[in-house]
Amino acid sequence: MTSEPVVETNGLGKSYGRISAVRDLNLTVGPGRITAFLGLNGAGKSTTIRMLLGMIRPTEGSGTVLGRRIDDPAGSLEFRRRVAYVSEDKRLYGYMTVEQIIRFTSSFYPDWRADVVRTLLKQYDLPPDRKIRSLSKGMRTKLALLLALARRPQLLILDEPSEGLDPVGIEDLLQSLVAQCAEGTAVFFSSHQIAEVERVADQVCILHQGRLVLDASLDDLRLSYRQIDMVFPSLPAELQSQLQLEGVESIRTSGHQMSVFASRNADAIMERARDLHAGSIEAAPVGLREIFLQKVKEN
Amino acid sequence: MFFKLKPSAGQPLYLQLMQQIQHAIENGALQDGDQLPGIRTLAEELLVSPNTVAKAYSELEHAGVLDLRHGSGAFISVSRRARLLADRVRAAEMRVRNLIEELREAGLLDDEIRRLFEARLAGQSETVRIS
Repeated sequence: MTSEPVVETNGLGKSYGRISAVRDLNLTVGPGRITAFLGLNGAGKSTTIRMLLGMIRPTEGSGTVLGRRIDDPAGSLEFRRRVAYVSEDKRLYGYMTVEQIIRFTSSFYPDWRADVVRTLLKQYDLPPDRKIRSLSKGMRTKLALLLALARRPQLLILDEPSEGLDPVGIEDLLQSLVAQCAEGTAVFFSSHQIAEVERVADQVCILHQGRLVLDASLDDLRLSYRQIDMVFPSLPAELQSQLQLEGVESIRTSGHQMSVFASRNADAIMERARDLHAGSIEAAPVGLREIFLQKVKEN
Repeated sequence: MFFKLKPSAGQPLYLQLMQQIQHAIENGALQDGDQLPGIRTLAEELLVSPNTVAKAYSELEHAGVLDLRHGSGAFISVSRRARLLADRVRAAEMRVRNLIEELREAGLLDDEIRRLFEARLAGQSETVRIS
């Protein structure tokens, strides 16, 4: 396996008239990893994904996906074979049955995995004879996922795959992503399910108002983010500025209490608090949910 | 083996997994020659990235407690030194258990006991013993 990124963008942007949906995006997705893409509704996640897939043209910057320039108009067949995409709306041919669309899709892909189809049909509990139009939203998602996974792609891109799935469906989905990653596929997915992302992802990117506000490995986040709660005998006005060290993202005070949200440098911040005669100092790890909220509120 | 990983804990998941395997060796739940699930199987079971399991396994192999045989899986390999360590840890566990009993009888609540332990150990980063 090479360490070449599977996705790389440089100052990528997309504007619609005077409204910019994505701005100055420098995104890197590593091979063989699970990368999660978080952001509020309207943050620009789907726009970014569609640009990566060549479905819409960027208005600024450039990017490559599996070495292919994203603004290359000649969408090669080879490229489409190596990238699988499960879209938000999972548009599929409603008049076909589950079995028909599987046969139809398989004809495009020489590496089609009939064994994967058999396993997933059973695991996802999909009825082969049912027309797609009469499937529930969750079942349609699972079918779209099956069609993507059976292709054995090098890169799997999913836009909100857990939308419309119940908890068991989400569990099945995550298991499939893990299995796919174990086969060497790079997985890039957007999601609102922070708890699941925190468990399964290697890397997390947070997009806010079209800009990338965080791109980090979850292991690094776990090691470096801390909330430090302190109690001071008195809280003079200059105390806050004295604690404004590197890594301090925000400071809140309440009575004699001060709470510092730090993205790194927790040891030095606690040291400073001791020098400033804090009575009690406690540092607690911060979960991805808090990090996410902090990132989208601050910006 | 049952593992419990806490995604929100301030510690990488691979390190949590490593420590739990180490602990299972120390308390005898895993013994010399025992086989661990394959990377993909364990990742699917725990719903974590396969890279998490792969990293834990490879670090444990470096530490000399896991033998990764290509294609046939991961096997616990416990040296004589590690067995002695396991005995020491078991003895220590007994002493900790007795101490906690004593403190409870003295009227302390579990949370207070935990805070005392944590305060004593605070400031020292998490360690993994390399045997």
